[in-house]
Amino acid sequence: MSDYLEKLDHEINADDPTYGDTEIQNYTINFGPQHPAAHGVLRLVMELDGEIVERCDPHVGLLHRGTEKLIEYKTYLQALPYFDRLDYCSPLGMEHSYVLAVEKLLNLEVPLRAQYLRVFFAELTRICNHMLNLGSHVMDVGAMTPNLWLFEIREDCLNFFERASGARMHSAYFRPGGVHQDVPLKLLTDIADWLDTRLPRLFEDAISLVADNRIFKQRNVDIAVVSKEDALKWGFSGPMIRGSGIPWDIRKAQPYDVYDRMDFDVPVGTNFDCYDRFMVRVEEVRQSARIMKQCLNEMPEGPIASFDRKVVPPKRGEMKRSMEALIHHFKLYTEGFHVPAGEVYVATESPKGEFGVYLVADGSNKPYRCKIRPTAFSHLQAMDFMMKGHMLADTTAVLGAMDIVFGECDR
Amino acid sequence: MGHSAPKIATIDGIAEEIGGLLGAMLVETVDHADELSFTVVRESLADAMLLLRDRAQYQQLMEIAGVDYPDRPERFEVCYHLLSVTRNHRVRVKVQTDEDRPVPTVTHIWPVAGWLEREVFDMYGVIFEGNADLRRILTDYGFKGHPQRKDFPLTGYVELRYSEEDKRVVYEPVRLAQDFRSFDFMSPWEGAQYVLPGDEKAPAAPGAPTPAAAPPPPPAAPKGEEKGSTPKVTEKPGVSGAGEPTDSKATEKSDNAPAKPEAHTDEGKGTAKPEDKA
Repeated sequence: MSDYLEKLDHEINADDPTYGDTEIQNYTINFGPQHPAAHGVLRLVMELDGEIVERCDPHVGLLHRGTEKLIEYKTYLQALPYFDRLDYCSPLGMEHSYVLAVEKLLNLEVPLRAQYLRVFFAELTRICNHMLNLGSHVMDVGAMTPNLWLFEIREDCLNFFERASGARMHSAYFRPGGVHQDVPLKLLTDIADWLDTRLPRLFEDAISLVADNRIFKQRNVDIAVVSKEDALKWGFSGPMIRGSGIPWDIRKAQPYDVYDRMDFDVPVGTNFDCYDRFMVRVEEVRQSARIMKQCLNEMPEGPIASFDRKVVPPKRGEMKRSMEALIHHFKLYTEGFHVPAGEVYVATESPKGEFGVYLVADGSNKPYRCKIRPTAFSHLQAMDFMMKGHMLADTTAVLGAMDIVFGECDR
Repeated sequence: MGHSAPKIATIDGIAEEIGGLLGAMLVETVDHADELSFTVVRESLADAMLLLRDRAQYQQLMEIAGVDYPDRPERFEVCYHLLSVTRNHRVRVKVQTDEDRPVPTVTHIWPVAGWLEREVFDMYGVIFEGNADLRRILTDYGFKGHPQRKDFPLTGYVELRYSEEDKRVVYEPVRLAQDFRSFDFMSPWEGAQYVLPGDEKAPAAPGAPTPAAAPPPPPAAPKGEEKGSTPKVTEKPGVSGAGEPTDSKATEKSDNAPAKPEAHTDEGKGTAKPEDKA
């Protein structure tokens, strides 16, 4: 030690404090692929100058399962469950795009009750998704309690999905032509009670812990500011583009199902930073609850799926009595229905942004090509320019505010 | 009312407006299902995109999708989906290419195109000229082939496992425990591309046997067929192939032996078989 200090003594120059400092080179670190804050299997190759991120190269595809290729070998109905498994945090949002794309090619009319049910459960999915994202975002920047409280709500949502479809996560509830089955009245009244009592209490409690929290603001305000121009150039959508101050919501601009009958507000950010993205999602949860209440008020009685027996299979009871129904049932579950040749691009406002399905049909019972437009792909690509000049510790905040799920990003 | 998919604003004369804007670059305009597709000349793609962004207000590039049509001379189609947030409108721009001819990049117009082009390159092998970072993106490090091509098998060529001997992950050719099965449930009356079971010897075109080409009726044909006009009925047990009606005493519990019910069923099957074949 003494010889080191002695050596140092010769090299210190009062006029130039950096004189004698060891030359530091940039170094590269791997963030992931297994990292609790990466929200899945993300590998970030980051070039650091001290603690400042100079370059960030996300490596994706570690969860690539070839969904698009598999769909080409399945009938239109068999392809549906793959969509649950893309963004496994908001399965019905994915199904929504797909069934609408198939219906657009078939030009199939959907009964009103089915449209209301779809909007109702799509909004429940949005709440469910935001509970996970808001919670994990908060946890990534250091708070534990809100996450646990928000998971309580998420658990409620999953129980509702189970009561509607039989499955907690991979519902496969939306079908081309409507929904799979009607919901019991008790489920709707239970959700109505939940929307009035449990959801606002738990949610506002949890958010009150973070929204004005000094530490949370220090970690998020002015982090990864994205201007309007950049948001457009980088193909942002959903809460990311709204967080950058552009009031763009597909539910408002290009309404599908019964969204044109719904009254809701589109929140936008003013600072364009991570905190804004967080708060946009918080407000979206409240608006989703508002939409769900309107659905409950207005939902008519009636059929829950189209009566076009060339697309929608008959119910079991009918099948036991009618030969025609039996034939339709058999044909639809073996051969499936045929979709006329053509191509459509249908995008809906999934909880994470614009989730699009580009479906090319060749007139057979299988899709010729089904290109899935994930939301995370364009958002994650912007990681490089959003991270430039930020500290290493900000990575988790930026990632958390992007809301990325790798089932969807990698397909 | 029709479908309930997203209602996109219809702008009068938008096809003509974009057609006029693109001029000689435009090859074809398709208006299908309320969606506009413009096929443009491959070499001038970047110019066309610039015009669409700056003059027609299509600010956002949402998606680049590749499609493979192996029968075409230029087999790949690259579809760009553009969105205008000010006019609330979507269009699709397409170019056609093959394995060798590169497509000009649009990364200088929309940086988001970087990864989208990488994905099309990875999946189809389409080359984008000017993309500085054209690496594979979704497939494994060191992957060979382009999996979304129609001639790439669904199972792929290699599989990997952890080898206990080598203490690392090894790649091996795919070995399927069961052959890959491709079920064809297409209706044989609506264009199935195979010979129906029983039609193998029919000389006519498969799937559409004419009455003349049908095989001669087997000698033990049902009698009803000769009369022609009388419908075939299966009222007699001998015709229907059913066994004797169940003895009403059969349900009664007898104290001796399960031998008798067995004899019953055997008898029924025995009489049914020759009739079934006819």
